[in-house]
Amino acid sequence: MAPDRDTLLELYRTMTTIRHFEERGVPETGQRGMSASVHSSVGQEAVPTGVCAHLTDDDYIGSTHRGHGHCIAKGVDPKLMMAELFGRSHGPNKGKGGSMHIADMSKGMLGTNGIVAGSVPLAVGAALTSKIQRLGRVAVAFFGDGGANQGVLHECMNLASVWKLPVIFCCENNGYAESTPVEYGLSVANVADRAAGYDMPGFHVDGMDVFAVYEAAGEAVSRARAGDGPALLEARTYRYYGHTVFDNPLTYRTKEEEDHWRARDPLLTFRNHMIAQGNVITAEELDQMDEEARVLMEEAVAFADASPLPEPHEIYEDVYADYPVDMMRRGANMSV
Amino acid sequence: MTTMVETPMLPPPGETREIQTREAINEALAQEMRRDETVIIMGEEIAGGAGREHLGIVDAWGGAFRTTRGLIQEFGNERVLDTPLSEAAFVGTAIGAASTGMRAVAELMFVDFVGVCMDQLLNNAAKMRYMFGGQVKVPFVMLTRIGAGFGSAAQHSESFYSLFSHIPGLKGVCPSDAYTAKGLLLSAIRDDDPVVFFEHKGLYGETCPVPEEMYTLPLGKARTVRPGSDITMVGISKMTWVAVEAAEELAKEGVNAEVIDLLSVSPIDYDHVLDSVRRTHRLLVVDEDTPVCSISSDICARVAEEAFDYLDAPPSRVTPPHTPVPYSRALENLYVPNAERVVTAARRLMS
Ligand SMILES: Cc1ncc(C[n+]2csc(CCOP(=O)(O)OP(=O)(O)O)c2C)c(N)n1
Ligand SMILES: [Mg+2]
Repeated sequence: MAPDRDTLLELYRTMTTIRHFEERGVPETGQRGMSASVHSSVGQEAVPTGVCAHLTDDDYIGSTHRGHGHCIAKGVDPKLMMAELFGRSHGPNKGKGGSMHIADMSKGMLGTNGIVAGSVPLAVGAALTSKIQRLGRVAVAFFGDGGANQGVLHECMNLASVWKLPVIFCCENNGYAESTPVEYGLSVANVADRAAGYDMPGFHVDGMDVFAVYEAAGEAVSRARAGDGPALLEARTYRYYGHTVFDNPLTYRTKEEEDHWRARDPLLTFRNHMIAQGNVITAEELDQMDEEARVLMEEAVAFADASPLPEPHEIYEDVYADYPVDMMRRGANMSV
Repeated sequence: MTTMVETPMLPPPGETREIQTREAINEALAQEMRRDETVIIMGEEIAGGAGREHLGIVDAWGGAFRTTRGLIQEFGNERVLDTPLSEAAFVGTAIGAASTGMRAVAELMFVDFVGVCMDQLLNNAAKMRYMFGGQVKVPFVMLTRIGAGFGSAAQHSESFYSLFSHIPGLKGVCPSDAYTAKGLLLSAIRDDDPVVFFEHKGLYGETCPVPEEMYTLPLGKARTVRPGSDITMVGISKMTWVAVEAAEELAKEGVNAEVIDLLSVSPIDYDHVLDSVRRTHRLLVVDEDTPVCSISSDICARVAEEAFDYLDAPPSRVTPPHTPVPYSRALENLYVPNAERVVTAARRLMS
């Protein structure tokens, strides 16, 4: 189904919000001495955007270490996210998780995750809850091309298939796991080829094209909602920057390759597409959304900086639902 | 070929060559791979840019922390294996290779990731020799990383060596500087048992004198890095230097602390600690691992069991709390033991 005008506006707004969050939030976090755990998803905006456009707050996603885009696409407030990156108490995780653990249960966001493919079974579990309680919810498990080779993913695809769970396995194939090219680690040509081994449909789409992602995800999500079980959706995309800010990607890939992908920028592709379609959405409207995203990040940084640091006693909070604090500090000679 | 020499637990006094811990690890790997062609190494990004030799790309990363740089150029991609992102597969494969004629080293990028491959360590590496009635040896080393203090949050900051010490059949070492890293790594690779080698992220850039020739340091042996008479402080990995810093502070107050660098976390050199405690009559363990069922609780228990009559104060510890590692610097700074906490705890034991 082709997206209507409101949906088109939302798709672009989400993409530009992700882009602006990454371009502003990653360096700002670095300036606050917390860059070790931050991964930019610039270049990959179309994937979470096109997928999550089919989800409501009641649906679930599990995310990765490169998860800011997933959070934003799923409706997590960028201001709160920025506070989390800065280690502040107004972050959704109260500053205790940071970039690799952003979770917002009110938005069905089951967390970014520092363990590659670590959130996949969480999404499968959310799908199981939905099935048992007949909630009609679906879950999406995001993972990378590197994550595609984790054993847990394969066990999950099999289990979700035999139990016919409403879950979509979404591989963001950006060509690299850290410095390792996808073709080195993957035994098949495409991750989506593996769907056959688990008796589920496999979709392979251009992850730089939000319309292609939107269309394939729409099919996978409606199948899942209808009770027809899981699907594997692979979106071929690219991360523009290094694995982290410490990585120089030109040690393992070429400038020509980078230029090739940047020329297919998802925001630019969208813009060109709108013009070709006779300005269903005008350049001015797109510029306006870019500007709003820029201003939003301005506000997010200010909000995050104004948010208080966690109080010392919070180190003992939220470890358990119920556990004596004394047992956590006993014998440790803590200063708090 | 370089020769191997037995060396004391501290760098020889005349040694002038200073190198970083990361370089010492790299040197040990290269020297041992040169000496013994059955040694192989595998892991994620240990060379990097894998499979792109035809584009002139080789050794793009040389390891996530550059500890394996240059190995692939010298030893080729049959002995230096970049792996898919599949720890259960490659850690288990290394164990399998080690039990069939290779000496296999596998690198687990951070110890926090051990969950995905723990079964291979727990049920194969640790138990095979015993279950098979001694038919097999498992010369396998798992290199991995520990340490908090870098704003990396709960899944990239743990120091879970105690988890491994708890498993009969595994050995474990925690070098504290470049000198011990080289000597212990050479011993670990030559050892016929599975050894987990814990590298602290905060020690890679530190330098100390390291002989260029090969030398081994015994597994299971601690060393004294600061002699003293009033209290025994046991440090593990980076915490050794936190204990030394605290000892310098205590010296200003007239308290002469002895600092032991544990080095091995399985077997644990209890006797070295006991000998010291029998002289100083006090024990304080400084540990970056969490406090429940851990190395630090184990050492305290052993001292209570075997040197009870010598003690003038309860065996004590400075550790993180029994919580995951928090992200926010405001909390992480409270989490990791520092000299101030050690001094405060030591003063209490002295009074
Ligand atoms: C189980 C596990 N192994 C290794 C790592 C270290 N690591 C973090 S991200 C990464 C590469 C992930 O590649 P991919 O899944 O393609 O995601 P991308 O970074 O490309 O988004 C690796 C090896 C980890 N976090 N968890
Ligand atoms: Mg990738």
